[in-house]
Amino acid sequence: MSRAGGTWVGARVPRNEDVRLLTGRAQFVEDVEPPGALHVAFARSDLPAGRLRGLDAASARTHPGVHAVFTAADLGPLLRPGAVLVPPPPLEGLVFHARTALPLVRDRIRHQGEALAMIVAESRYVAEDAAALVEADIEPLDPVVDLGRALGADAPRVHDDLPSNLAAHVRQTKGDYAAARARADLVLERRFSYDRGIGGAIENRAVVAEWDAGADRLRVWDTTQAPIPVRNVVAASLGLSEAQVRFIAPFVGGGFGPKIMFYAEEILIPWASMRLGRPVKWVEDRYENFFATTQERSQLHDAEIALTREGRILGVRDAFLHDSGAYDPYGLTVPINTQCTLLGPYRVPNYESEFRVAFTNKPIVTPVRGAGRQHGVFVMERLLDLAGRELGLDPVEIRRRNVLGPDELPHNHEIMYQDFTPLRYDSGNYERSLEEAARLVCYDETFPRGRERARADGCAIGVGLVNYVEGTGIGPYEGGRITVEPGGTVRLATGVGTQGQGHFTSFAQIVADAIGVTPADVRVVTGDTSEFHWGTGTFASRGAVVAGNAIHAAARSVREKILRHAAEALEVDPADLELAGGSARVRGAPDLSVDLGALAVSANPLRGAVEPGTEPGLEATSYFGPPYGTTANGTHAVVVAVDPETAMVEILRYLVVHDCGTVINPMIVEGQIHGGVAAGIGNAFYEELVFDEFGGMSNASFMDYLLPTATDVPPIETAHIETPSPLNPLGTKGVGEGGAIPVAAAFAQAVEDALAQIAPGLEILDIPLSPARLFALLRAQREGVVGGREADSSSRREPAAGVP
Amino acid sequence: MRIAARVNGLAWSGEVEPRLLLSDFLRSEVGLTGTHVGCEHGVCGACTVQLDGEPVRACLMFAVQVDGREVTTVEGLAEAQPGEAITVEDLHPVQRALHEAHGLQCGFCTPGILMTAEAFLRDNPTPSREEIREAVSGHLCRCTGYHNIVEGVARAAELLAADGPAAHDDDDR
Amino acid sequence: MKPPPFDYVAAATVDEALEALADTSVETRPLAGGQSLVPMLNFRLAVPERLVDLNGIDELSRIEETEDGGLRLGAMVRHRQLEHDPFIARRMPLLSEATPFIAHPQIRSRGTVGGSVAHADPAAELPAVLLTLGARVRIARRSLGGEPGSRVERTVGLGEFFLGPFFSALEPDELLTAIEMPPSAPGEGTAFDEVARRRGDYALAGVAARVRLNSGGVCDEAAISLVNGGATPCLMREAARTLVGQEPTPEVIEATAAACAATSEPAADMHASEAYRRHLIQVLTRRVVSRAADRVLT
Ligand SMILES: Cc1cc2nc3c(=O)[nH]c(=O)nc-3n(C[C@H](O)[C@H](O)[C@H](O)COP(=O)(O)OP(=O)(O)OC[C@H]3O[C@@H](n4cnc5c(N)ncnc54)[C@H](O)[C@@H]3O)c2cc1C
Ligand code: FES
Ligand code: FES
Repeated sequence: MSRAGGTWVGARVPRNEDVRLLTGRAQFVEDVEPPGALHVAFARSDLPAGRLRGLDAASARTHPGVHAVFTAADLGPLLRPGAVLVPPPPLEGLVFHARTALPLVRDRIRHQGEALAMIVAESRYVAEDAAALVEADIEPLDPVVDLGRALGADAPRVHDDLPSNLAAHVRQTKGDYAAARARADLVLERRFSYDRGIGGAIENRAVVAEWDAGADRLRVWDTTQAPIPVRNVVAASLGLSEAQVRFIAPFVGGGFGPKIMFYAEEILIPWASMRLGRPVKWVEDRYENFFATTQERSQLHDAEIALTREGRILGVRDAFLHDSGAYDPYGLTVPINTQCTLLGPYRVPNYESEFRVAFTNKPIVTPVRGAGRQHGVFVMERLLDLAGRELGLDPVEIRRRNVLGPDELPHNHEIMYQDFTPLRYDSGNYERSLEEAARLVCYDETFPRGRERARADGCAIGVGLVNYVEGTGIGPYEGGRITVEPGGTVRLATGVGTQGQGHFTSFAQIVADAIGVTPADVRVVTGDTSEFHWGTGTFASRGAVVAGNAIHAAARSVREKILRHAAEALEVDPADLELAGGSARVRGAPDLSVDLGALAVSANPLRGAVEPGTEPGLEATSYFGPPYGTTANGTHAVVVAVDPETAMVEILRYLVVHDCGTVINPMIVEGQIHGGVAAGIGNAFYEELVFDEFGGMSNASFMDYLLPTATDVPPIETAHIETPSPLNPLGTKGVGEGGAIPVAAAFAQAVEDALAQIAPGLEILDIPLSPARLFALLRAQREGVVGGREADSSSRREPAAGVP
Repeated sequence: MRIAARVNGLAWSGEVEPRLLLSDFLRSEVGLTGTHVGCEHGVCGACTVQLDGEPVRACLMFAVQVDGREVTTVEGLAEAQPGEAITVEDLHPVQRALHEAHGLQCGFCTPGILMTAEAFLRDNPTPSREEIREAVSGHLCRCTGYHNIVEGVARAAELLAADGPAAHDDDDR
Repeated sequence: MKPPPFDYVAAATVDEALEALADTSVETRPLAGGQSLVPMLNFRLAVPERLVDLNGIDELSRIEETEDGGLRLGAMVRHRQLEHDPFIARRMPLLSEATPFIAHPQIRSRGTVGGSVAHADPAAELPAVLLTLGARVRIARRSLGGEPGSRVERTVGLGEFFLGPFFSALEPDELLTAIEMPPSAPGEGTAFDEVARRRGDYALAGVAARVRLNSGGVCDEAAISLVNGGATPCLMREAARTLVGQEPTPEVIEATAAACAATSEPAADMHASEAYRRHLIQVLTRRVVSRAADRVLT
């Protein structure tokens, strides 16, 4: 393993990409402006549901400066539903209805912001002027807005050809929950909800396409997390060979999931460029982003936990509804993540989980940082908290009694994960993570004393501490190609793009260790299909794991080549050589050396003869595909102060203990965690998309959709535990999403703790919490309504519509 | 309308449409694409530039309004000429500090934050962490969780103090 | 999100601005800091045919003392000036205290006093604060049929200025030129506080208070006004009366706070219910009035 001998893997190496970004020179898609480019704006539907009876674009077409207006009628063979990007796993009894959107609306509008017409003009300003002139004759239809009622028999239909709004139904079980329940000393059930939010990358999406008729080639710059698959789809749709189409995802201003989706604009813009013979550019604006880019979240859970008197989990049962929005191109990734992640780091011998996915007249749901895992964690951690309360066990104690011990790993949970393999935990140390967090936050002694003192001063302070696991680094595969160039620089090309994860540096560290250069010597190229065209993309916290290990393998191969050539050149045994300082040198005799650039030249002879089978150059390409995903884990602890008068919550301390296996660059890993926690805080307390009764979005702006700012996010403390994954040579696990996953659960527990004396028995079951919602909860509590909903929490509740 | 302005110390003059936003003017007319656009309604802060040394939202001003004024963008911070290669050593202390503190990930929000931080540290050379948080609270960053941005600005204050007050005051504001 | 086309006039003097506004055949709007107007243009919620830019009018940026020893703020005085001017901090500390709650530094370096008042947003801080200070609005327009350069001016009490949400007594051909405040009397204390979701956001609710205590510690005069407490920025006259003639004891202040909440007319929106706003108004009134009274005593 590289860690032992390596000097770069594991080090806080400042990033190679920073200088370009800090000086404003880094190229983002929006910065690309080929000469003669035309600009696109879309006319989009204001209504969430309707029948498009007619579209009059005549005055838009004749508006000065407009080059073309395209509607569905102009698209010809392109007018077909998009692909299902991620088919559902082969589960027994699976029901799945795939419905995807047309690139432009033909007759039926299923969510606000669906594109009706594409306007191409000399500037975006003029294109927007013309978009306002497009007259759409729309017959409004009743929208499906409320998830809880979407599957009701009387609900309007999102897709007429389906008997109901049911998009999918999945049931997975393990053991025998009914039997476990019958044995239990305590059965606790609650309904939880977790509402919708946006990805919130600060850069909106953008596509620039340049068709070169002379060269018969198409070049496309795209803010995508998956340039290669998108390239392949676009080539096929436009009748071009993949080699004719080059997709470039240069610097991308944040991904967080939605940029992994395949969008109609990615095909329409290149198509328009070919049609018009001009470069064509579209930059999504923030308002469009609220409708045209995918979102995440709404779920309603009816969950139940069965335990012994000692607080040991006998089983969990969960039935939930998942809002897919108007279409379901991303299959079941999000709800399956929820279903699988709910089990957490715990021993859960019996599990019965069932979900129904509903179509609604809302923007499409696809993975957003956490990708449904946070919902599962929220449900499980809340069940444990509330059960602990009934049993007289504090939150840490009840977790102590249920986390899987190190000797219980690897652990097979027996249900199927999103990567089509059984849900298995490869490695980790869950006990240590929990204890470490409890120790760092002084859970057992100092904190409780402080809390009492604060309470005596009229200050409501509380702590929350929760666990999570995160399935990361799933397949199928990624690759990397490493080339030592004659000048001695090292080039690394890989298919995964980068949206800020520091790949230019962490990948360079892996290479640097293998061939004795510094990370700054390694030039990393990502997200350009002309450089590397095999791979799937940056998602599911897999870059460092899957691509990282492919690069590691390629680097080992190049190392072998270097040693072989150097041994020949220096006439020594390869075993006597070491690679350092950009050269190969004889151990103990550093004067006997040859630099990598010279070896690269001699490895590519221009005359003479070579051995049969010789590969030219110091270059190697490798691929890596894990047998199944590796599971990272961690524990979050948060301390909050609540002003019970104003219902405002302040986070005083935030602490993350996490285990992502081998850490390539702790600085980058911590940065990922910080960002995840901030997003989680947004989920927990600030961010919520609000829809009115007519299905219109009420807060499609950054003025009213509240992303947390620097004064809302506290300093974040991190502690690393490294349990290397046995599933890959580097021992890495993903870390991109872990920061975000358990925040809401920790937050809810801490707020309840803070208010334990003022509002004993308060239960936070709905996320996002907001000051207004907390105020309502406190008020309801004072008036004797538990949970702000109804008086009797132990009685069986009405199940959500459609949930048995 | 005809306007004449100075951008990063260089004169620019030409015709612009009244409705052209300052952000679009900088990006497409002047060709300085370091000023980013994330919301066009004044909230995200990505477009922040300095107008006569004061941070303003470029998406909430029109190009015609900078006639006769001086605009500084992120490209004006480091001392290199446009097109010339830049290394870490050439960076302005605020940029260098953000690099050292890992105060950027995707880097999309970064130019705006740099323009705010530079002006802020001129007014308040020895800020507390709270003051820094407040100073950058008009910027949205979805990647960093702000932790390292705050550390970076604190580090910038140190670097600037070490460089001495004169070192980076050579522009004529 | 690009603004619609418009004609642009950069006025160098008030008269030039009035001249442009006088031609009401073209829908014309003054452009001050642009921090509210430009977002509305970018969302195309406002589509004026012409903008008159006030930023080049030096005479509107003055902060000066009035004849009676009060304060006059030119319409184009920036929020940033209010926040940092030592003269203001001395004469009207309430303004220095409240201004940092408005948005962020980058917005405050453009946003103006006149723009904040003319915009008549019930959620804005300055209108409420200025109401508490007894401010008047100076308004000018070109005299009808008069020579270019001849003006008609009027002064309106701020209490009469706000007519509804985003709706004021300003006519389309009128320009707000200045805000004037009477001098503060001895024995006065002021305070401001608000609850907002995030730093710099428009407040869920906010309260500004001014109390004057006599040498016996009895309240002679009180003014309380609310941010987001009704359809317009509003002065809570009835609630303030519960303080007058009383010593500001916790009980008295609580009664004032309760009266304030009871007589307020907050609206519900996605960020807060009516009940929550009313509750916040009560809590904030109690805190702010206590603080204002404490400031007189210390
Ligand atoms: C992100 C963000 C956050 C904000 N947060 C807050 C906040 O928390 N609290 C708050 O109070 N404000 C907030 N604002 C608004 C900001 O304070 C504005 O600056 C202010 O409301 C309007 O002032 P302005 O000078 O920018 O006016 P403009 O935007 O230029 O004008 C506003 C309106 O007033 C008219 N007008 C302007 N000046 C005159 C005049 N002299 N005579 C007649 N009519 C005139 C204009 O025609 C226009 O209709 C925020 C703005 C942004 C972008
Ligand atoms: S683009 Fe100007 S503030 Fe967001
Ligand atoms: S670094 Fe990506 S938004 Fe700030």
